Parts: sequence; C-alpha cells; structure tokens
Amino acid sequence: MRALRILTRSIRDSFKSVFRNISLSMASIACTTITLILVALSLFLSHNVREITTTLEHELTIVVYLDREVTDEQKIELENDLKTMENVESYTMKSKEEWKAEMQQENETLETTLDYLDENPLLDSVTVTVDDVRNLSETAEKLRAYDFVTSAEYGEGMVESIIGIFDAVSLSTLVIVIALVLVTAFLISNTIKLTIFSRRTEIEIMRLVGASNTAIKLPFVFEGFILGVLGSIIPIALSIYGYVFLYNETGGYIFTRIITLVEPFPFVLIVSVILLVIGSLVGMLGSWRAVRKYLKI
Amino acid sequence: MKLIKLEHAYKIYKNGTTAVADLSVSIDKGEFVFVIGSTGSGKSTFIKMLYREEKPTKGNVIVGGINVARLRNSKVYKLRRKLGVVFQDFKLLPKLTVYENVAFALETLGLPANEIRPKVLKAIDAVGLKEKTRNLPSELSGGEQQRVAIARAIVNDPKLLICDEPTGNLDPETSKGIMAILNRINKELGTTIIMATHDKELVNKMKKRVLIIENGVLTSDTKKGSYKVHESIKNSN
Repeated sequence: MRALRILTRSIRDSFKSVFRNISLSMASIACTTITLILVALSLFLSHNVREITTTLEHELTIVVYLDREVTDEQKIELENDLKTMENVESYTMKSKEEWKAEMQQENETLETTLDYLDENPLLDSVTVTVDDVRNLSETAEKLRAYDFVTSAEYGEGMVESIIGIFDAVSLSTLVIVIALVLVTAFLISNTIKLTIFSRRTEIEIMRLVGASNTAIKLPFVFEGFILGVLGSIIPIALSIYGYVFLYNETGGYIFTRIITLVEPFPFVLIVSVILLVIGSLVGMLGSWRAVRKYLKI
Repeated sequence: MKLIKLEHAYKIYKNGTTAVADLSVSIDKGEFVFVIGSTGSGKSTFIKMLYREEKPTKGNVIVGGINVARLRNSKVYKLRRKLGVVFQDFKLLPKLTVYENVAFALETLGLPANEIRPKVLKAIDAVGLKEKTRNLPSELSGGEQQRVAIARAIVNDPKLLICDEPTGNLDPETSKGIMAILNRINKELGTTIIMATHDKELVNKMKKRVLIIENGVLTSDTKKGSYKVHESIKNSN
C-alpha cells in the first residue's frame, strides 16, 4: 500500500511540478519539440529515399539484343539458361516482328519506312530484370558471353552512380537520425538538470525526512516522461498533418514519376510512435541521470 | 538508555584535514545537549555524522541502534526516519504553505492522507502556528519560519532532534521563543535534542549538558554546563 501511495503521489507531484516550474518545463518541452521535429524530418527523408532506391532498382533492366542470324534453338537455349541464371528475377522475350508491329503502331513514318524495307532491320530482344541491381554488370557480362548476343545494355556508369548516391543519402540520413536522437537526449538531460538544480532544496529535504532514493527519483522520472510526451505532441501533429498534406498536394510524386512518396498510412503513425517513444524515454533517462547526482553523499 | 554512542570516531576529509579525531561520547534518551565550539572546530562535522550527511572515516557512530559508519548510501533513509533535523536557514519549500511544508515530510514517506492531517495539525499546534497553516514561508517572520521547520522535523515523532545553529539567523527575543519550544518538545515528548550553537546567552541560561569540541577533539563534557568553560579553553589555547 505504501509503495502504491508513493507511486500515486509521485505521479501527482510530477504533474504539479511541471506547472509550478512552468518556465523550465517550457524550455525542456521546446528543446524536445525542436529536436524531435528534426528527427521526424530525417525519418521521412531516410525512409522515402530507401523506398525510391528500391523502386528505381526494380525499374532497372538489362536489354539484350540477339544476333540477326540467331536460331530458334539458340533462343530456347537462352530462355532455359535464364530460368536458372543467378540474379535473374524475370525476363521478357520480344521477337523482331513484335518490335516492328509495335513501332509501326506508334509512328506513321516508321510504319511506311519499315514496310518499304524488304527485310526487317530490327533485332530479337530479351528484357531482363534482376534481383540485385548491384550485380547488374556481372549478369550483363554473363549474357554478353553468348555468341549470338549482340549486346546487353543497362546504362553502365549512370546506374552505378545513381545507386551510389541513393545509398549515400540513405546512410547519411540514418546517421543524422542517430546523431539527432543523441543530441535530443543530451539537451533534454541538461535542461532537466537545470530544473533539478533549481529544486535541489526539495531533494535535500526529501532525503532529510527519510525518503528512499527510489521515492525521490520517481517524481522526477515521471516529470521527465511528461515533458518528453508534451514535447512530442507538436512534432507528431506536424508529421501527420504535414506529411499527409505534402502527399495530397503532390499526388505522391516529386518532380518526376520516378520519385514517389511512401503512402502516408500507416507510415506517419509508425513515425509518431517512434517520436513518442524517443521523447518519453529520453525524458525519463535524462531525469534519472540528472537526479542521481544529488543522491550521492 | 543510550540513544547515541560514538566510539573513537574520526572524520578525515579527502584533502587530509582531520575534522573530528578520536571522539567518544554517549547521549541518553531524553537528554538536551548543547554542542559548542568555534568555527572550524569540527562541531558541524560531528552533528553531520549523526544524521549521516558525513560518513565517519574510522570508529563507530551508533544512532538509535544503527551504525552510521556502516550504513550504505541507499539505506540512509532508514536512519533519517528516526530523527528530525533543523537548520539555521530553515530549508522550507517557498512555494508550499505552512501546512504543505510540514505534510511534505509525511507524504514523501507514503503515509495515508487520513493519518497525515492530524499529525501535521498536531505538529503545527506544538510550535504555536495554528493560525498560519495557509501562509507561505515568505509571509512569515524568521522565527515563524524556524518554527515551521521544527514542526516538520517533529511531525513523524522522532526520538532525536538535531538542531544545527537553529537560532543563528534570529534576534535574541525570537531565539528565546525557539528555545522555549525546543525545551517543551524535550520535556513533553521526551525527544532527545542535540543543538549546535554559538549563542552564549542561551547556553548559559538553559543549564543543560554542554559538549565542547575544539580542533576536532572533545575537550569538555559537563552536565549543566555553560559557555564559560569554552571561553577558558579558548583563552588557554
């Protein structure tokens, strides 16, 4: 019963204390809010970049053109090999006749030009999508090894650099998120230290009248929790409304149709939970650490 | 029956200063004891060891059956619940009323609300502040603030009340009032009181046991003593 009373008293006192020391509470809340907004931005950026990279990776294909004199047996041989080849996700074969029909449908000039020629100048092709674009060049090399393959193109150079850039962006945003979380922890801990410094007499009296260390720490830890939760309200609201607004305004695309935004739900809710957890945990830990200093003799 | 027993207690600070050296003294339950000595004599260290604000370096300091020298930091609260402490600077919480300041001690200990109220009112009544329960410390005089601090110290019915220069900030008239309250607590409740002071007049008038500490050593222990002995020691030094 005594423990329960101490617990309920701690919760009640922590609420009182937030309002009694309103200016320092506001400072803690403001610093939590600002850093959590930055954390939210980094989370949105890093997750979207990761998604864009994944999308781009799926769009990248190797286009293989076959020799003009390629035989049906050779085509079957290639098809069989592709079925078992490492890193090949899927493939689509298109004969030169199919190409011709497609091109003629698209353009009138091409239609007459192609009809005018005796022989179909186009080549049979295979479009290959891969499991991992980082091994794109190796797969292309394997395909080039066939005698009847004229070329296997995938936009060499550019693909590697685009993937490299996105990987770097993804990694650096992750580093930024971690750094911001640490900065938040440090700032909240320091602000709470100020709050606690201003209340050292209270701690001293609690010790004098025989409160156990846990009973002394509890109200401060709850206070840190409350400050953390209050500090995460604005970042959460901004994340939900801001991201949904951005998504609706842009229709889910930025600049081109390649750069798509992640669907708002449940993404924003997950981000909100992360922000709430970071805010409250860091608040509690910050308080715990700061009050400990005053409990040593 | 012994409430406090010091056996060859030493306190040597990290910088090498010996604040208390080979101090042995016993205090019975219900005694009223003055501790006097010049500034830096070790008087404050002695008082602080009693409520484990300072840990003795060597020897034993037994208070209410607890050996302070062996008391772990996390268990200090067990000792503190047996005693009350009053300071020169009152140490009241400025944003709490008189009632709340006194109740704070019991609330912190997790006592049920229906037990807190009568205890707090009784303690406030004992120091004669019944009319001021709703006032904030800033609305009280120095003497009244010290009386609130005394009420807070005795609210949990401690066996021992430690007073570290409680009249140091007060004028002679107010000091007399505080002494009258402490005397009454000692007589009526049987609370043992140990009081460090510089107030010559008070010590001479009260005729209580006087411990004199000089250079960390107990130089005199007299029943119904006075400040005169202290002065003679000082002069002989």
